[in-house]
Amino acid sequence: MYAQMVKSEGMKSSEEMSPEDRAFQDRIDRGEKIEPKEWMPEGYRKTLIRQIGQHAHSEIVGQLPEGNWITRAPTLERKAILLAKVQDEAGHGLYLYSAAETLGVSRDELLEKLHSGAMKYSSIFNYPTLTWADMGAVGWLVDGAAIMNQVPLQRTSYGPYSRAMIRICKEESFHQRQGYAIMMKMAQGTPEQHEMAQDALNRFWFPALMMFGPSDKDSVHSAQSMAWKIKMNTNDELRQKFVDETVPQAEYLGLTVPDEMLKWNDERGHYDFAEPDWQEFFEVIKGNGPCNQERLEARRRAWDEGAWFRDGLTAYAGKAAARRAGASVAAE
Amino acid sequence: MAAIAEITAAPDPVLADDGLKPALFDWLCRMGDNCLILGHRLSEWCGHGPALEEDIALANTALDLIGHTQMWLALAAEVEGKGRSADDLAFLRDAMKFRNAKLVELPSGDMAVTLMREFLFDAWHFEMLTGLTESASPRVAEIAAKALKEVSYHLERSSDLVVRLGDGSDESHRRMQDALNRLWPYAGELFTADKVDEAAAAAGIAPELAALRAAWDKTVGEVLGEATLTLPEIRFDVHQGGKQGRHTEHLGYILAEMQFLQRAYPGAEW
Repeated sequence: MYAQMVKSEGMKSSEEMSPEDRAFQDRIDRGEKIEPKEWMPEGYRKTLIRQIGQHAHSEIVGQLPEGNWITRAPTLERKAILLAKVQDEAGHGLYLYSAAETLGVSRDELLEKLHSGAMKYSSIFNYPTLTWADMGAVGWLVDGAAIMNQVPLQRTSYGPYSRAMIRICKEESFHQRQGYAIMMKMAQGTPEQHEMAQDALNRFWFPALMMFGPSDKDSVHSAQSMAWKIKMNTNDELRQKFVDETVPQAEYLGLTVPDEMLKWNDERGHYDFAEPDWQEFFEVIKGNGPCNQERLEARRRAWDEGAWFRDGLTAYAGKAAARRAGASVAAE
Repeated sequence: MAAIAEITAAPDPVLADDGLKPALFDWLCRMGDNCLILGHRLSEWCGHGPALEEDIALANTALDLIGHTQMWLALAAEVEGKGRSADDLAFLRDAMKFRNAKLVELPSGDMAVTLMREFLFDAWHFEMLTGLTESASPRVAEIAAKALKEVSYHLERSSDLVVRLGDGSDESHRRMQDALNRLWPYAGELFTADKVDEAAAAAGIAPELAALRAAWDKTVGEVLGEATLTLPEIRFDVHQGGKQGRHTEHLGYILAEMQFLQRAYPGAEW
């Protein structure tokens, strides 16, 4: 998921709930959408800002690992498709920042928190893209994992977030298909291409599983988010669903999932699989992943070096407004 | 999003003229290579723009230009008739065979250079494509009509930003003026006709380059005037040769990056 380990406000027992809290929870239970101007508990608002903000940051930081290969795309068509895809990601960032703005936080405030490290983005974007096959693996596995979470979020309780998710999901499923198409070409291509495809799967498999976050079945934070329909499934449910859907796709490609414990469990009706290395995950979250520094530096540099550009546009807008005011005074 | 190359194979007697083919091939490569190399430069900004809207707009413009590249180079390959594809032309020619103007291969620099370059090019591109919609070659006219829709928007956007940043803060004004001074001597190559351009014009395929100048001067003069920028007092056609394959040092590095996979894994399909 593009939002991992989002801290929710603690859950209130029904005795602790105010009448407003209870009425609000009833609306959510009835499946009503909450809209920006309506009353909402402060905890709901804050949790949503954290979650939507982290999701938005993931979209824009997520431009970097794929942007890394646009200038080296192997054909004109692949270049066009990759450009279109990365442009979509930036567009998703835009919808999501707009959704967050309806909760009373500006895009600039959120970006400042990203740049200072106070807000996170998905751990997955701290892994490098080393060969062209990684463009396939990112689309197939990373967008594939994101879809697992985002499809149910189309039904989330907050109206603007739900509507953003509906638009985003349409594009993400196209992204996943284009990633799989790249993997198919590579896996069925020359021996070197096949090797690149297998290597990409080897490197991205466990980081993709980490995207869902550690097990949260006993977490009170998750329970509150689920009651509010901000979170629709547990991390473990989504991870299992992802593994169940992805393993046959890897088999179809003739690639081997790098997990010796992977085995179909007839009794459960699911695959058994190895947990990712959670120590690695926490290191990445803390900022010690393979590309954390480069990613954050790239975003900070873009922002800092773009300051004159944004200031220039603001200065022009001020002058233009003054000229309009002058013209209307003169006309009177 | 750009129309991915779908060129109808309508009969086109102009393109079938054997005597004209070598010049026409070169001329089509010029159209395609300008789009490819400028698209490459714009795509370098991906994820590094000064605002999210710019990330989107720059990627979108790059995408349009790559779409135009596919159409022009596919037609070039067809005219050449040696069994090469648009991808072969893009990924397997060396610098001396590239036919883009030097203006588009210069490093992107800051957003001021990026936008000023785009504006100077867009203003030419717009007039060129407008002329090409009347081409004696229906195939060329068809590509031009498709591309013109997108390039009209490119010009609108780059003009708007040149005005806002030129007449913005002191710093944005200074940067835009510096960018104009740096790029101006490269703009003239777009208007300098050689035998290839003359042959394309004589066959009614393309407008005469000199004839595009008046409209370009008008657009550029108006936009720069509104932007409170000053035309540099230097010749605008100092740097020539890109169209004939004599490039700056920068193109080699662009190609080394762009062509890496096709060169490293010959014959592989992607």
